[in-house]
Amino acid sequence: MDGSKIREALASMDERGSGEGSGYVAYGIYPDYKEYYALHVFFDNIREHKVPLEDLLEKWGMIIHDEQIKTYEQPGLRKVHTPWRYFFRPNPSMMPKSTSPEEDIITSLVMKVNSERNGALIFSSGKNLGVFKAAGWPEDVANFYRIQDYKGYLWLAHNRYPTNTAGWWGGAHPFNLLNWSVVHNGEITSYGTNRRYIESFGYKCTMHTDTEVVAYLIDLLVRKHGLSEEMAVRAFAPPFWDEIDRMQKKDQELNRALRLAYGPALMNGPFAICVAKENLLCGFTDRIKLRPLVAAESGDRLFISSEEAAIRRIDDDVTNIRMPGAGEPVIGRLYA
Amino acid sequence: MGEVRINAKDMPYQVLNQRVRALVASGEKDIILDNVLGQRFIGDGIRGDDVTITVNGVPGGDLAMFMSGPTVIVHGNADHAPGNTMDNGKVVIHGSAGDAVAHSMRGGRVYVRDNIGYRGGINMKEYQTKRPILVVGGSARAFLGEYMAGGLVIVLGTDGVAPVSGRGVGSGIHGGEIIVRGRIDNTCLGGGAEQKKLTEDEKKAIRPILEDFVRTFTIDPDPVFSAEYSKIVPASKRPFASKYTWE
Amino acid sequence: MSIGSTPLKYRVKIDTERCMQCKRCIENCSYGVFREEGDGIQIQSRNCVACHRCLAFCPRDAIEIEEKPGDYRSHPVWTREAREAIFNQAKTGKIVLAGMGNALPYPIIFDRLLLDACQVTNPSIDPLREPMELRTYIGKKPSSLDLRHLENGDVQLCTKLSPNLQIETPVMIGHMSYGAISLNAQTALVKAASRIGTFMGTGEGGLHESLYPYQDHMIVQVASGRFGVDINYLERGAAIEIKIGQGAKPGIGGHLPGDKVCADISCTRMIPEGSDAISPAPHHDIYSIEDLKQLVRGLKEATEWKKPVFVKIAAVHNSAAIAAGIARSGADAVVVDGFRGGSGATPRVFRDHVGIPVEAAVASVDAKLRQQGIRNEVSIIASGGIRESADVAKIICLGADAVYIGTSALIAMGCRVCGTCYRGTCAWGIATQKPELVARLDPEVNAVQVENLIHGWTLELAELMGAAGINSIESLRGNRDRLRGYMLDEGLMNVLDVKTVGA
Repeated sequence: MDGSKIREALASMDERGSGEGSGYVAYGIYPDYKEYYALHVFFDNIREHKVPLEDLLEKWGMIIHDEQIKTYEQPGLRKVHTPWRYFFRPNPSMMPKSTSPEEDIITSLVMKVNSERNGALIFSSGKNLGVFKAAGWPEDVANFYRIQDYKGYLWLAHNRYPTNTAGWWGGAHPFNLLNWSVVHNGEITSYGTNRRYIESFGYKCTMHTDTEVVAYLIDLLVRKHGLSEEMAVRAFAPPFWDEIDRMQKKDQELNRALRLAYGPALMNGPFAICVAKENLLCGFTDRIKLRPLVAAESGDRLFISSEEAAIRRIDDDVTNIRMPGAGEPVIGRLYA
Repeated sequence: MGEVRINAKDMPYQVLNQRVRALVASGEKDIILDNVLGQRFIGDGIRGDDVTITVNGVPGGDLAMFMSGPTVIVHGNADHAPGNTMDNGKVVIHGSAGDAVAHSMRGGRVYVRDNIGYRGGINMKEYQTKRPILVVGGSARAFLGEYMAGGLVIVLGTDGVAPVSGRGVGSGIHGGEIIVRGRIDNTCLGGGAEQKKLTEDEKKAIRPILEDFVRTFTIDPDPVFSAEYSKIVPASKRPFASKYTWE
Repeated sequence: MSIGSTPLKYRVKIDTERCMQCKRCIENCSYGVFREEGDGIQIQSRNCVACHRCLAFCPRDAIEIEEKPGDYRSHPVWTREAREAIFNQAKTGKIVLAGMGNALPYPIIFDRLLLDACQVTNPSIDPLREPMELRTYIGKKPSSLDLRHLENGDVQLCTKLSPNLQIETPVMIGHMSYGAISLNAQTALVKAASRIGTFMGTGEGGLHESLYPYQDHMIVQVASGRFGVDINYLERGAAIEIKIGQGAKPGIGGHLPGDKVCADISCTRMIPEGSDAISPAPHHDIYSIEDLKQLVRGLKEATEWKKPVFVKIAAVHNSAAIAAGIARSGADAVVVDGFRGGSGATPRVFRDHVGIPVEAAVASVDAKLRQQGIRNEVSIIASGGIRESADVAKIICLGADAVYIGTSALIAMGCRVCGTCYRGTCAWGIATQKPELVARLDPEVNAVQVENLIHGWTLELAELMGAAGINSIESLRGNRDRLRGYMLDEGLMNVLDVKTVGA
């Protein structure tokens, strides 16, 4: 599916945004380079900041190919960064102690570059996927990147109304780390707890926004601790204690253990979140359902959105339209 | 029931102690642990007046800690604080032991055939019928019996060694007594303690303990019984009262 | 003596117009201020400690107690307290003992921290209709879970959890021993704790048998004197606490004078009647962190690894590193007792000058544990100067799992913080062993008061959380983003990891 319908669906919800940040992620757009990590970078200044980043990348692996991401001037969008893409192969021998050296190299490069704020920001780092975002309205950002020129099998799109931090390019959603991408509506009141928790595992929160912790928390629980996505979501939006107290003993033990081990990962406050990776789309809300979430299907396609109307912009023949319960994940998997 | 043996070679202490505990629970009375080397907490918190645990080897620290009833016999030296906060029972060490032997012990007996380290019998206390007793055949190092609030420490200094050769003996003692062969040098005496000669009557009173000790280790009794002894006792029940005034 | 009398601390006056000669003041005062003489009541103001027992029981509000009716020439350096301590030591040449917590006017960090509330961008949550979860588990937590996903879709938990204490509110009652306080006071406190679903510490005084029915709500303490400690005691407690230090007297031990060791106290402490109960400064079987680990494990072995073991330390300069060592010792919780913590008797010089505030200590302990990736290994319990629910909320934001309260609970039983606990004649029946005074404290009535206090705090905590848009206490824990410093210096804000107001 190309990006034109996605753009249309997102633009239909302009009322929810403020024109200060929009973005898209598309999976399956780089089939020719699918074994390499596609790094999307915002440079403040090509002359000054590009060489240091490339020096760093060359230390940790090999740049297979790089190019400027094509953009098209829009009257409503000020181009303050130059987006660039690298196809990068990390050198696993650089992290001999790791069981997943390539991923750990990418993660540490992302953390390092983004926390140093040296005129370069890596905002997309997965394989065969790419994030396209900027400060602007959904349609302007889509036109800026000509999102309709990309064909993906899985898309996330987001329209931002920034409150806690200014609208800047890096602050637009989706947030991405490796193959994880996250879009988020709402505000995580437990951010301070979540951030300090995730940082104790070596992640660095650099985007000044609560959404990025979701990407890191999922990476920790699913990739590093081996939990299923369902269990990770359960940890983020767990049942209440009185519900746990009424469960069968086995479930009680499981849910209590989840809350004890992952209490600092519990996300409080209003949120609806969609998480994607190469073979998965997962949407869920906070445990008292303070934000909207609608899911629908059409054939083998799954849609998740804040509004049914947006889904129908893409496909008016959807079936099984429903509002998932608080904390209940909607999960779509890709079986290839 | 007969004896039960456990080969403790390279066995982690948690496993060893769990097995001992299970044997005691199942009614075993005579448990022998072979090849013990450094395992801590043997007999920790175990009850049972008629249980004997024999340790062949060198046990780790806190032997018989919180123990209430059993007898532990060690053929080897013991480490740090055997008899720590022990409540009742008996520990017999055919060898020497480390620092803080019988620390905070509140009942039962600890016999050490040879020597003990620093701070032996520190903080021992007695209560009602419970009177802890520590007997050392050889010598003890400094700070013996500090803060004692009861109980009895006897250091025999057999084979002519000086029973105590360090400072601070009985500092802050406010109950119980320390009995040593001969006299200790007054410079070794801690604050709040005073030394007196042990009278014949008092010596008679401890004779059954000494008899038990020499029998246990088959020591020549004559030098033990014929020697002169001194006792170190509290100068007052409230050794530090004079240090403080109220606001 | 050439010093002579010093100015009165308090002047007690009876308004004869209002007085009806009921003599309740005479009956109630345990310090000998009032005396019947002829038709009137004679007053000896010098004996007054301002415990307000007379005032509380005067039916006509006829009694007035004036503080410092006459004072020394005012001077910013040579305060009254400084001068009187000198007089005292000039007369006696001794260490000055005092009661309660730190009495110097250091700034209180709690009062310079402000809590957050939601407006528009995130909604507050309504605690009147939404669930608010204050349930807290104290103990070691796994840092990750081993879950097996079975064919049939079931999820199997393969991680074995360590024993934890479950509390329904993050407020527990700290360790105040039988001896420091009366048995009636302990009974009232533990009744309240058991009804609320929380826990109370025994202190280092053993466990009186009349409290056995409440043992599931008691944390038994093992301190350097090992009073009352045997295997039965250890097995009775819901958890075991090793006391290394106390905020009111960091680095030193404690003495319960022999004259307070009555028959009953001698039973629970397991020492002879009339004998001093001396707790040495260190545990003499602990001279290093590895020895602490040995005691932690010795206690766990003794109780078959069924009980959480806590370690309590006084908040001192290096608390963070010490707590990190404790976390790796196998202990399940670390108690950090700040320099405002109370005590029945402590050297004044320690009470007022040694240790650091609990706010800074907890913040640095939490940060250090996170830095080392071992925050899940232990719970953090904060104590020392927790006066109200806001303090609880703030210290949880700084990283504590729960608090111990001491003085607050005593105040709920009538304590007026007169600070003369060491006299043993507490008119409220709290810090005394005199039977006629102890009898004044009805355990049931006072249990209700303590229960009310903790209940009220719990309601307020739920409201504060709701206002912050948080419905589960784990999302408040360590959430320093929800605090702002007001008139705190930059160095302290760095330690607390909070921003200034307006930022």
